[in-house]
Amino acid sequence: MTNTFVAQTFGAFTDDFSAGEEYLTLSFSPNSAARKRRWGNYGLSADFLGDYFAAFFPGDAVCDSPINRRDTVKAAVSYIANELIENAVKYSEASAKLPISISLYLYEEQIVFRAVSYANQAESDRYQAFIRELLNSELDELYGQQLEKTATGSGESNMGILTMINDYAACFSWKFQPLDDAVAAHSEIVQVNVLVRLDV
Amino acid sequence: MEIKAEEYQVWHDRTNATVHLQGFLRLKGIEEYQPIMDILVSAVETSSSLTMNLQELEFLNSSGISMLSMFVVKVRQRGNVQLTLHGTDKILWQTKSLKNLQRLMPSLTLHFS
Repeated sequence: MTNTFVAQTFGAFTDDFSAGEEYLTLSFSPNSAARKRRWGNYGLSADFLGDYFAAFFPGDAVCDSPINRRDTVKAAVSYIANELIENAVKYSEASAKLPISISLYLYEEQIVFRAVSYANQAESDRYQAFIRELLNSELDELYGQQLEKTATGSGESNMGILTMINDYAACFSWKFQPLDDAVAAHSEIVQVNVLVRLDV
Repeated sequence: MEIKAEEYQVWHDRTNATVHLQGFLRLKGIEEYQPIMDILVSAVETSSSLTMNLQELEFLNSSGISMLSMFVVKVRQRGNVQLTLHGTDKILWQTKSLKNLQRLMPSLTLHFS
């Protein structure tokens, strides 16, 4: 099959980030052996992002919670960034030799996460099939089903994405962009863009 | 039984029928959680009630949440074990995610302090 290089988007995806907002990007080099050794460092990176962005928020009280606003932002950013980095690493195609990155953009009442990774066609198809299922399901019901499936060890769970949406009210959108052979080291590589909006 | 790693520790206190999980748990995939699962399963084999003390578990990734859900189902299948999760409302992930485990086993006791 020939790639058409046409991007496929799901949800309210946008490439348009207004300039001048506070943002930060971390990129991870594409060496696959090092990626495995680095697993612990991804957690440190996620914690760093949590600390960095929490510092923009005051430590005032949050209604009905003993956790103040700054610590809430710190923990939520750390959890979501960690899951996005873990997924990007797990499902990326090492042979593409392209870096994984995560960017966070700070807005008045929202933090936007953008993870960019590179998957092979099969992985991209599998991911898109899950997204279609997610978008066509009632969240609470799908969450319950997937939790039971995971708990009984009967199949791919995608619990990472589901916990972010269900537990943290994160709003997801995606863009899958097949790469031109000239960009990827070999063909059939898809750039996977995951955009997550978190109200803070 | 005990696991002591740089970022986390897990141990079974038989006297109090409690498994303690502390620190930052973000292991790679459900497979890497197997040694922790082994401690939990062995703890529940010798007791009719078990408490998991999570009050000092600062971080748990989704693979870890999956591990917890698998353990809850194992307890559910045994049918005769009273499981209590003792967490804290001062750690965000616990307030967000622990309650979902009750969907798997409504008799699960959640205790936040």
